[in-house]
Order: sequence, then structure tokens, then C-alpha cells
Amino acid sequence: MMLGLNRKDASLLLIVAILVALAPIFLNPFPEQSGLAQFNAGYPDLMQRFVIFGIFAIGFNILFGLTGYLSFGHAAFLGAGSYAGVWMLKLLTINVIPAIIISTAVAGIFALIIGFISLRRSGIYFSILTLAFAQMSFALAASVLTPITGGETGLQTALDDPRILDGTNTTGNIPAPSIFGLQMGDSFQISVGGWLWTFNVGYYLSAIVMLSAFYLAIRIFRSPFGIMLRAIKSNQQRLNYTGLNTKPYMLACFVISGMYAGLAGGLMVSMDPLAGAERMQWTASGEVVLMTILGGVGTLIGPVLGAGLIKYFENIFSKINDNLLHKWFAFMPDGVEDFIVSIIYPFVGKGWHLTLGLIFMAVIIFLPGGLVELGQKVASIFKKKGSTPSNNPNTEPAE
Amino acid sequence: MTKTKLTRRSVMQTGAVAGAGLAVPTILTAGSHSGFANAPTGSSVTLGFNVPQSGPYADEGADELRAYKLAVEHLNGEGDGGMLQTFSSKALDGTGILGKKVEYVTGDTQTKPDAARASARSMIEKDGAIMITGGSSSGVAVAVQALCQEAGIIFMAGLTHSNDTTGKDKKANGFRHFFNSYMTGAALAPVLADRYGSDRKAYHLTADYNWGYTTEEAVRNSTEALGWETVAAVKTPLSQTDFSSYVAPVLNSGADVLVLNHYGGNMVNSLTSAVEFGLRAAQANGKNFEIVVPLYSRLMAKGAGKNVAGIFGTTGWHWSLENTAGSRYAGTNAFVKSFGEKYGFPPSQAAHTCYCQTLLYADAVQRGGSFNPCSVVEALEGFEFDGMGNGPTLYRAEDHQCIKDVLVVRGKENPANDFDLLELVDVTPAEAVTFDPAIFGGELGSCNPGA
Repeated sequence: MMLGLNRKDASLLLIVAILVALAPIFLNPFPEQSGLAQFNAGYPDLMQRFVIFGIFAIGFNILFGLTGYLSFGHAAFLGAGSYAGVWMLKLLTINVIPAIIISTAVAGIFALIIGFISLRRSGIYFSILTLAFAQMSFALAASVLTPITGGETGLQTALDDPRILDGTNTTGNIPAPSIFGLQMGDSFQISVGGWLWTFNVGYYLSAIVMLSAFYLAIRIFRSPFGIMLRAIKSNQQRLNYTGLNTKPYMLACFVISGMYAGLAGGLMVSMDPLAGAERMQWTASGEVVLMTILGGVGTLIGPVLGAGLIKYFENIFSKINDNLLHKWFAFMPDGVEDFIVSIIYPFVGKGWHLTLGLIFMAVIIFLPGGLVELGQKVASIFKKKGSTPSNNPNTEPAE
Repeated sequence: MTKTKLTRRSVMQTGAVAGAGLAVPTILTAGSHSGFANAPTGSSVTLGFNVPQSGPYADEGADELRAYKLAVEHLNGEGDGGMLQTFSSKALDGTGILGKKVEYVTGDTQTKPDAARASARSMIEKDGAIMITGGSSSGVAVAVQALCQEAGIIFMAGLTHSNDTTGKDKKANGFRHFFNSYMTGAALAPVLADRYGSDRKAYHLTADYNWGYTTEEAVRNSTEALGWETVAAVKTPLSQTDFSSYVAPVLNSGADVLVLNHYGGNMVNSLTSAVEFGLRAAQANGKNFEIVVPLYSRLMAKGAGKNVAGIFGTTGWHWSLENTAGSRYAGTNAFVKSFGEKYGFPPSQAAHTCYCQTLLYADAVQRGGSFNPCSVVEALEGFEFDGMGNGPTLYRAEDHQCIKDVLVVRGKENPANDFDLLELVDVTPAEAVTFDPAIFGGELGSCNPGA
């Protein structure tokens, strides 16, 4: 036993921790000057997104994976957390700690209200109710509440913000979010041979928060509370007939899940102090559903993998333009080159959604358990006969 | 437990390899060797072109990207050189910038501040872009400009027309060549009062973000000063595509002019809606009902088709300018020629401003002798130039805004072809639209070289 985890969970946590700690190195597998450097993901902005959306997806999975309640409005909590975070950076201090704490709390309160109403229904009606609330929040943020949210322009820090805990700003520039003087954008770079590795303050702060969030999620999955949530998923009616009131459990679960989203929102604005209304739009809510399903619903590590894959596509594939394609295939004869480029082009750049859609379909059809199931299948090929591949509690989907 | 394959032996082996790797490296913190962020080290320099490739401004974005690619060609000495032949500063010689070949990366802003910043950050952090340029939405421009200020990168705004970009949200590292809402109001109001009389009642439909607000304000202030009255001003979401519910109440509101503070796809849709509701044929208060579009572009005119005939608006530049208004606007034909030869049709005003911004940046680096943002800022502040299609122009030091002539245009009744959609009504000289940079508040701050 370690930190209250059994050995398998502890080793999973340890592996995730090592991967996260060394991400700047193995996400940059290609040397800087090589043509494949396009596929490197080890730069601060994307690494921060990986772990922050990982937190968002972990939180979503606590609700969807354990109880089977599909919330279609989780982006509202992410957005509420983001706005709360920016306001803290504007009013209180540029230190990100209060922003992160308050954004989690605000999202929690917001989730309590929405959850209290939405949880009166289950199944599709619950999904529709959460979707309706999220769209209302989006509409409010985008126009009605413009003085608070900045409307479509978004909410940003400004030079003349009060920031009552900080001294008077004499630099003539807006201070950058920092943690006790260390700026989120500060990086320490090491170049080895042709490789360049960037170790970024903001990334490691987000990574530490993500690991704590992951640890907490493991504890929830393994707790009596988690078992109760699984029971709700398998048969809520039967639980009710035994005289058990499931509502407090559901509400607690919904609020925890909302707070994870708020935490992710708070971290997002700590890395880049701007909150836009589109963060609350239904597409953003849908994205976290995709992440979770792509990675593996109800598994511990799945949502993090799904978040990573989607963000990788969004940031790397979307930037491949026709100019680059022509460069890659320049060795071919002209006609063939143009032909190949015209075939590939619809799937990269602006068309990255198309590729993602195809992958998503393939996963749903062939791997209903998501990337985690893929991992298990690959592992079982390498394993000797006799060991049972799917007996691993780390990756067992809730029924 | 047999499950874990992570044995002590393999851990030690990995550790030894990692240790050996870590023993050699040269350690450098971002840009410490050069004094500014993303200092180009090799034989090339990377510019970041961040334009909307989806959303209501996607047409403008596509044209901007064409212009950027053309500018890069000309900077690298390919093609016919375009405006480099007419530009008053002769520092650029077709060998790239400071002898470094110009390369570029592109990104999609999606016309959303959030997405635009993510895209710009990846250009700065991953691709090492030394300058970010682009736009088509002021919301995006303001957001990306703030990001560049923080990161110590120069931002050359593309098409952004809100007062805020070089007004209350201006930044030392940001520059705008395009004109603004205030200048539109100042140029347009006298023409409107002249054609439509001074006792009109206006109804505004306004895109719900910073550009819409400042344009509405500017047009209101300048028309009200000439005797007009504003009946109502209604905000419409940027992502709106069906404007019928916004247009329906206009005719019974007592107004006799509809001002569409919309741009791009928004304007195409709202104008089409207004025409379908019969506003153009209608009578109100005993006068012909009129529609005004403060910021006009040829791409919008093309999208709206014959609905634009006779409608007034302003524009920053038009491809036929040198032919219709004379050699004061030299550079126009040179640019139109090389753009037309490459793409087969004339450029839009968005393409023009983006092309100019790229050349102006390159020229400022060349004159200042360094890619350092502070050197660029110094070279651009108070810079007077000519031969870029707008006549003599000043890059004002106080707010980093270009001061130049504004064109008042009108949709043609009988366009000769698909591109000849706007006719020039009046050129308002720069002096008539100049304003005090202090009126919008905001502070430039100091230039930030990053690192």
C-alpha cells in the first residue's frame, strides 16, 4: 500500500508521473532541423493543453464513466472557472494560486445549482437539460453579461487593473501570470545534439495539479462512494427500491466533476490570461465527450489519452498546409506530387476534423473500449498464453 | 506481482543513458544569447500568418493569405517585386530580410480570440516566428496583440478596423496599417448628409464585439453632429447567419436609414435579408429608405451581388484606385499586376493591408539593422512613406496607427465584371480624418523584446 493505493494503482500513478515529468523530452522525438520536426509536440503551449484538458476529461469521466450520466454542458463549468480565474488575476493578484482556487470554487457552486435542477431527470433528459444550461451560459457570456465577460472580444488582463495584493506596476507592461515570481511562460531549454527540450514553469505547475487530480480520481474510483456511483450506473431503480436515496451521491459526483472542469479553466487562464465565450459553446462540451470516449470511458487513464490525441490533432495536423505537403513530396515527379498532395490535403490543415472523425469512427466500431482497449490488445499479443489480459482493475470499464 | 516489467535493471540502464545524455548539453534559457525572443539563428527567418480560415471572415482570410505569400515571394526576390518597385524606402533588396530568406507558417484563427491566441502561441513557441500578422476581426487582433506584447514579438495587425486596436487596447509591440472606425465616421458622414439630407432617422444593426461597438459609435457621433437622429441600435451575434428577425422590425421603427455595422459574411447575410424584406424599395417618413454599410470591401460586394448597388460605405483601398484617382496612389497598379498574374483576379483591401504590413515590417527590420522588436518599433514610429497605394502615409508614434486617405465608395449600378463592383465617390484626405490619439485612452506601454 502506498498513499492508500493498491500496487497496481500505485504503479499506474507512478508511470503517469514519470511520463508527465519527461514529456518535454519524448514529445520532441525529432531533431529541430529535420523535416519531421513538424510532428514534435514538446512545446509549452501544447504540453500545457495536454495536461489541462486531461484534468477536464478526468473530471468528466468521474461523472460519465462512473454513473453513466452524460453531461452535455461541461464546458459551462470550464468557462465559469476561466472567467473567475481572469477576474482574480485582474482584481487580486497576478499570482495564479488564488485564481486556480477561486475558479475551482466558482465552478463548484455553479455545478451545484445546475446539478440540483438537472439531476431531477436521468438519461437523455439529463443530457438535454445540461446542454440547455450550457447554451444559456454561452449566450449570457457572449452578449448579455458583456461587462463581466467581455462578450465576443473576451476577458483579458489590462494595464490599469487594480490587483490589490500586488504593488504598483511601474514596468509599463501588463504583468504576466506567475507563481511567486516565476512566470508561467518562463522556460529552461536544453539542447542535446539536434534536439531541443523545453522545460516550462507553467507546464510543470499544470502537471503537478494534473497528477494530484489523477490521484484523487483513483481514490474516488476505489472508494465506497465510487462503488455507490457504479451501482447507480448499473441499476438506479433497484437502489431506490432498497430505500436508498441516490440523489446526494449523484449531486456530489456532479459537483466534483464540475470542480475538475473549473480547475482546468483556472489553469487555462493562468497559462494564458484570456477567457472567451466560445469556451462554453456546445462544441466545447462535445469535445470532452469525444476525448473520454476516444480514450476509454470509465477507465482511469483513458480520458487523459483521449484529450492528448484530440489536442495533438487540433494543434499539429491543423498546421500542415499545402506548402509543406509540396515540400515533403518534392522528390516525386511533378504530376505524381500534385496528385498525392491533392489526395492528402483534405485530411490535414483545415480538414483535420475529417481525419479525427475517421479515427473516432474506427475506434467506436473496432475498439469500443477506446485507446485503452487498443493498449490491452497490443499488450495481450506480446504476453504469453495463460495470463488473462482483461483482469486489470486499472483499465476495467465500469459496467 | 508479476505485472510490472519495470525492473531495477531496466530502470538503471535507462537512467544511465539519460545521464550520459544530460552530461553533454549546452544549457540555454530562452533567447538569452541574443537579447530578444526567437532571434533567428540560421539562414532563414520565420513569419507567422494567423488568418481566419473558417467562420464569417473566411473569405477575407483566404485573400489575406494570398497576399502574404505574394509578399514573401517579393521579399525573397522572386516574381516582379510588386510594390517594392514603388515603395519610397529602398532598404529592401530582394534578398530576404537582413540577408535571411523569409519563410512562413500559417494558422487558423477561426475568428475566435481563444483559438487565435492558441494558434499564435504555437507559432511563437514551436515554429519560432519572429513576427505575427493577420486579423480580419478586431476581437482577434486585440487578443493576439496582447499576447505578442507579453511574448516580446512584433504584431503587424491585418484587417482590423475597431478604434480599440490602436486605441484603448494599443500595445507598444503592435502596429496597424488599416484605418479605423473613427476615420470611417469622419469620412462617411459628410457624404451621407450631402446625399440623403440632414434630417434622417437611423436604425443600427451592430456586430456584437469591439469592432461593432466602435463603428456604431463613430457613425452615430458623426452623423448626429450633422443633424441625424438615431432611433435604435441593436446588437447581433457575430456567429449569426440569419438576420431576418433583426431586419423585420426596422421598417416600423420610424427609421428611414438602416446602418449595417457588419462585415464579411455577416454583412452579406444581413444586407440580403434587408433587401428581401423590401427595404430598398420602401418609403419611410416620406423619403426613400436607404441602407448604409460603413466598412465595405469588394469581397462583401461580390457576396451580396446586385444588392449592393447604390449603397454607400468606406474602404481603405480599392484595386482601381490609381486608374481612377491618379498617380498619388502609386503602387496600386504594381500590386494589382503581380497579384493578378499569380492568382488571376484583383486583390481585396484585406489583401492590400496585409501585403503592406509585411513589407513595412521587413523594411523596418532592414532599416533598423536588427530583428529586435525594440529596434523595429523605433524604425516604424513616426515613419513616413509613400508608394504603397494609399498616397503619403504616416505611422504615428503616439498610437502606432497609420494616418492616410480614406475612400468613400458606392456599389455600382451596372458592374462591368465580377470585380468592378465599387465606384469611388470621394477621397477624404488624411488631414480630414486625423484625430487626437489621446481620445480613446489606453497606453502603449514600453516595447518588449521578450527574453
